Amino acid sequence: MGTKKMSVGGIISNYGMYIAFTILFVLLSIVSPAFLTSTNIINILRQISVIGTIAIGMTFVIATGGIDLSVGAIVGLSGVVSTSLVAGESGMPLILSIMAGLGVGIACGMFSGLFIAKLGVPEFIATLATMTIARGLCYVYTDGRPITGFRDDYKVIGKGSVGIIPIPVIIFLVIIAVGIVLLNLSKFGRHVLAVGGNEKAAIVSGIHVAGVKFSCYVLSGITSAIAGIILSSRIQTGQPVAGEGYELDAITAVVIGGASLSGGSGSIIGTVVGMLVIGVMTNGLDLLNVSSYYQEVIKGIIILIAVLSDRLKKR
Amino acid sequence: MQKQQEYIVEMKECRKEFPGVVAVKDVSLSLKRGEVHALMGENGAGKSTIMKILAGILPLDGGEILLNGSVFHPKSPAQALARGISMIPQELDLVPQLTVTENIFSGQELTVKAGIIHKKAMIQRAGQLFQELGIDISPLEKVGKLSVAQMQMVAIVKAIAFNADVIIMDEPTSAITEREVEQLFQVVGELKKQQKAIVYISHKMDEIYKIADTLTIMRDGEHVVTKKVSEISEDEVIRLMVGRELSNMYTKSSAKLEEYDENEIMMEVSHLTKEGLFQDISFTLKRGEILGVSGLMGAGRTEVMETVFGLRKPDSGEIWIKGKKVSIKNPATAIRNELAFVSEDRKLYGLNLAGSIKKNVSLAYLRLILIARWFVDFGKERRIVDDLIAQLRIKTTSRDTIVNNLSGGNQQKVILAKWLMGDPDIFIMDEPTRGIDVGAKAEIYKIMDTLAKRGKSIIMISSEMPELLGMSDHIIVMHEGKITGSFSKEECNQEKLMICSMGGNANGN
Repeated sequence: MGTKKMSVGGIISNYGMYIAFTILFVLLSIVSPAFLTSTNIINILRQISVIGTIAIGMTFVIATGGIDLSVGAIVGLSGVVSTSLVAGESGMPLILSIMAGLGVGIACGMFSGLFIAKLGVPEFIATLATMTIARGLCYVYTDGRPITGFRDDYKVIGKGSVGIIPIPVIIFLVIIAVGIVLLNLSKFGRHVLAVGGNEKAAIVSGIHVAGVKFSCYVLSGITSAIAGIILSSRIQTGQPVAGEGYELDAITAVVIGGASLSGGSGSIIGTVVGMLVIGVMTNGLDLLNVSSYYQEVIKGIIILIAVLSDRLKKR
Repeated sequence: MQKQQEYIVEMKECRKEFPGVVAVKDVSLSLKRGEVHALMGENGAGKSTIMKILAGILPLDGGEILLNGSVFHPKSPAQALARGISMIPQELDLVPQLTVTENIFSGQELTVKAGIIHKKAMIQRAGQLFQELGIDISPLEKVGKLSVAQMQMVAIVKAIAFNADVIIMDEPTSAITEREVEQLFQVVGELKKQQKAIVYISHKMDEIYKIADTLTIMRDGEHVVTKKVSEISEDEVIRLMVGRELSNMYTKSSAKLEEYDENEIMMEVSHLTKEGLFQDISFTLKRGEILGVSGLMGAGRTEVMETVFGLRKPDSGEIWIKGKKVSIKNPATAIRNELAFVSEDRKLYGLNLAGSIKKNVSLAYLRLILIARWFVDFGKERRIVDDLIAQLRIKTTSRDTIVNNLSGGNQQKVILAKWLMGDPDIFIMDEPTRGIDVGAKAEIYKIMDTLAKRGKSIIMISSEMPELLGMSDHIIVMHEGKITGSFSKEECNQEKLMICSMGGNANGN
């Protein structure tokens, strides 16, 4: 079985999501004249930038064979902490508020990472706990009330743009670039995939497995915090409920992008395409006036198809 | 009608194709009652494949199978089982949390009525079966508490519990010790007396000559020969299996390839102890030496070497490398101290099976191919990996081939390549040739010999005596966590190794 020529079927199952995305894109361009306009495309990119940013961090976690359920709660907590510091008249400098938001993300990631990597608590449970605690802290910190009335410089993050490109999209693109460099080109990326592929073999090869896992949760905490800051700025509110359910959307993007939940695989480009599939589909169905109720159903079907094609590939 | 056919199973020109490869090419094979039929061949020769067809695990692509003279093409293992054909897979599929009895009857529980399980009857029947075969295992023991050999027995009993007439054993001794092999052979003897037809897939020559009546050799999916075991010599078997003469499998010559001082002590382990696993382990390893470590399974050999490599923490004892006392906390520090560890279980500890050859090879010494301490130099990586693939003659079309698609021998070479990349001084190899075919074995021995002649030192844990005696310069024997014997190549023989590994004293002092 050494010689493995690419068959037509092989190509379809290997690049299925890319082909599906292209077909979807072309089809929507034909049926909806409003689709292929620069405003609409930028609109799609802006819509996916928040969850897309989270999904990049999630890709690392899933590549190690883990999962991070706390990302949505981190979005909420980092959002309320950052906005609280720029709210009112005696606001702190913008940079401090951003640092505080990122700090929240790092702390949450370290918390999960500590329990998972050092104490051996299962990923699902550890991040479920972090999620619950972080969400609880959102309410404690805000007393359940949204934070509003903060300075204009903070609003620039989510609402500003450079030329026609919104700042959230620029941030998303930068995160993608960093993600690609980390996962594909760096030593760290090799270690991440090795840990997910066979943890014991990674240990024997001298890899500091606990450190790699820990770093991935911190990374996921950082991307979630960035997403939280962008979101709070865009909706101009520090919402204690912000980001609820985002964890599943981010996991969806990573899985559609071809990563296996058992670890050892996953790519940033795949995750981005997964995110684009969701974004373009949602946008297209909106343009075609399909009710959002149906959109959920269709999203579920896409997840099934993506995972199924992955299963068939492994046959 | 119910006249007994001469052959219980006749496979005629059976064929099995996988995408791009014919795994079994028109092979004919017949099985007699009361006979042990050995099936031999290198890995990938098609032995397991053809038996999986008979057991209903794989569908037949061409040819015909006759069972008791009538056509029978099983579509599932359950169908084959119902007609008395049972295969014991290489990797046992027992549930460790369940008891012996529950495992034996799983899926075919005896019932009182309407699905209520008749526990007492099952325990009784299991006990009876064990007794008939002379096996001493309690039907109520949890399978997870049994040794590998005992699990093997349970798997056999599971196979015959429902009156299987044809029992296929796929390398049953690959994970059990020599003494346990004897037990297994007694059971096989009993099965023979009960007029069962037994197919015995194995790599091990001595076993075949001990228990098989008939021998079939396969090579590259084709039938090579079927003969009475008494009518074929060992050399001929090897020659037919590999299709070439294999003279001097254990090449260990003394000519050095590089200049080094063979009296230099590379590593010294003194009084290493880990309570409950091993006590007071001391040995020295010289430059260019292959140190064999013999002993039965469970003697603590692997545990000692895992401790030396930093996978376990010792309670006391010292490790000196090249005259310096070292503290090895984890594999990373072991690697920095010029150690390499080729582990026993390739799939569990050695390889990322879903990863490519390239990514597996470069994993341990990634630091050698980094730019700015962080980024992988892809060009350098390709050159090094391609070089190692050529050097070790890993059979593959590309460095990007997924390791799972390689044969056992080639997988083992990938692990060796991984360590060779860093050119360490001391190699710990735990059962380096387990489960790989004769041809690949010879190649691994050659690699080991070349390493030794270049002044590298090798610790080789092995359960195969010919391998130990053929390759080692010095052999230590362990029994129940202690070293019970230490011999130079000249003074050692199989008897001495066996006595020491059973706990006796054969040093004569």
